[in-house]
Amino acid sequence: MTIFKDIGQYLLMIKGMFSRPENAKMYWKELIHQCTEIGFGSLGIVAIISVFIGAVSTIQTAYQLVSPLIPPSTIAQIVRDTVILEFAPTLVCIVLAGVAGSRIASELGNMRVSEQIDALEIMGINTKTYLILPKILAALLMIPLLVAIAMALGIWGGRLAGVASGIISGSIYDKGLLEFFVPFNVIFALIKAYVFAFIISSVPAFYGYFVKGGALEIGRASTKAVVVSCILILFADYILSALLLPTAQ
Amino acid sequence: MIEVKNIKKTFGDKTVIEDVSAIMKAGQCNLIIGSSGSGKTVLMKCMVGLFEPNAGEVLYQGENFTAMKGSEKTEIRKEIGMLFQGSALFDSQTVEENVMFPLNMFTKDPIRKKLERVNEVLARVNLVGANKKYPSELSGGMKKRVALARAIVLNPKYLFCDEPNSGLDPQTSLVIDRLIKEITEEYNITTVINTHDMNSVMEIGNYILYMYHGNKEWEGNKKEIIFSKNERLNEFIFASDFLQDAKDMRMLEEKGKISNDRNMEELLDKDAPILIPPPADE
Repeated sequence: MTIFKDIGQYLLMIKGMFSRPENAKMYWKELIHQCTEIGFGSLGIVAIISVFIGAVSTIQTAYQLVSPLIPPSTIAQIVRDTVILEFAPTLVCIVLAGVAGSRIASELGNMRVSEQIDALEIMGINTKTYLILPKILAALLMIPLLVAIAMALGIWGGRLAGVASGIISGSIYDKGLLEFFVPFNVIFALIKAYVFAFIISSVPAFYGYFVKGGALEIGRASTKAVVVSCILILFADYILSALLLPTAQ
Repeated sequence: MIEVKNIKKTFGDKTVIEDVSAIMKAGQCNLIIGSSGSGKTVLMKCMVGLFEPNAGEVLYQGENFTAMKGSEKTEIRKEIGMLFQGSALFDSQTVEENVMFPLNMFTKDPIRKKLERVNEVLARVNLVGANKKYPSELSGGMKKRVALARAIVLNPKYLFCDEPNSGLDPQTSLVIDRLIKEITEEYNITTVINTHDMNSVMEIGNYILYMYHGNKEWEGNKKEIIFSKNERLNEFIFASDFLQDAKDMRMLEEKGKISNDRNMEELLDKDAPILIPPPADE
């Protein structure tokens, strides 16, 4: 029964976010602050992960393509598509669930436990609108951007590793990138990024906002937020792939 | 004036507050006292709307706050300032930003005017020059004073203080108590204070409501509390031998059996008799 109570409370929280801001300027300031935290705060780790994922993809793809009948440019095609379709949106968002999600849950949890949320309520501020909505909006703005950066860096990382290890030349890799390119894959990746961004921001916000207890409970809420976010990301990934990717049946 | 009428609050099947009524007048310090778990914090949270009572109502100047809708409640809340037990300062903001926060949110004054107001209230709580400090750089007493400054920056009609002295030494507690009392009288605020500090009760208690296991056990003022015959109240306020002795002395003094006009020189004199009150029936 707890799961239904949680879902109900989560939906009420989402509904409660949509109210008229007391002071639009303050909300704008909070949105910019959250964009900085979520966007620039995660840029470093996203860049590192993306480059290495691309690099590893190139080496492992080359390792598996042993037939001389397959042209080397195929490596670039496979790296491009796996990075765009799966690695950049899904893996990066799972990492972001850990980085940004745990930060959101612990920030709100700490505010709840130290009565800062109560203080805002007493002032007459809708805390769901002021504290949660800017985080979700910031995630929806910044995470697709991070995913787009991850795509570019992942493909570049693949090229770097391919050239450095002598698997493929730069010109063949570049040629391969342009072969059989399906622009819808990028749109699909961005749709996934928006859905995952909503999960990454709203689920940790829920666990942080409704935390009860002390420091130990904040830690637990933070962990639970990351675990639930990751599961929901993988579930949404499957649903979106099944619904949006045309299969050859 | 705040009127509490027959408030009842339960959590699950546990009744935390049972049929409590009280009238908190303007311009005075109204204290809710009681041991831990007696329901005083829950009562205060019902009064400010952080908890919905299961029965009863809270009236602000005769207006039923409990029955109000969200936007109407917000209007009343703009007239409420609250000092939380843990100060509840925003960690990432400086003292100045913390105090300015309600002004930024609810006024459209130019920044210079807002800064003037912030400096004015910081001066009122004796915190001149602390503008750029972060909460982590402040002592417990300073945090309480910043929280008090933030609570009064919008000139509230109602001030709620939850355990304002918790974690403070007796001297700092006294400073906070006097500050709250002065502000209450100066701005004619209806102040409601949750405390179990008897020094506070005797220092600022114009009206005292004693809670016992979620019920209103006794009400009166700081003079009446000393002579109360309520056993539970006496057990609570005279829990320490020191206070019991002080009460006995006060009673004897009132009856004219001993005089308490000894001066400091006499007290410092080694040969002076130790002032132990004789048995009451002598």
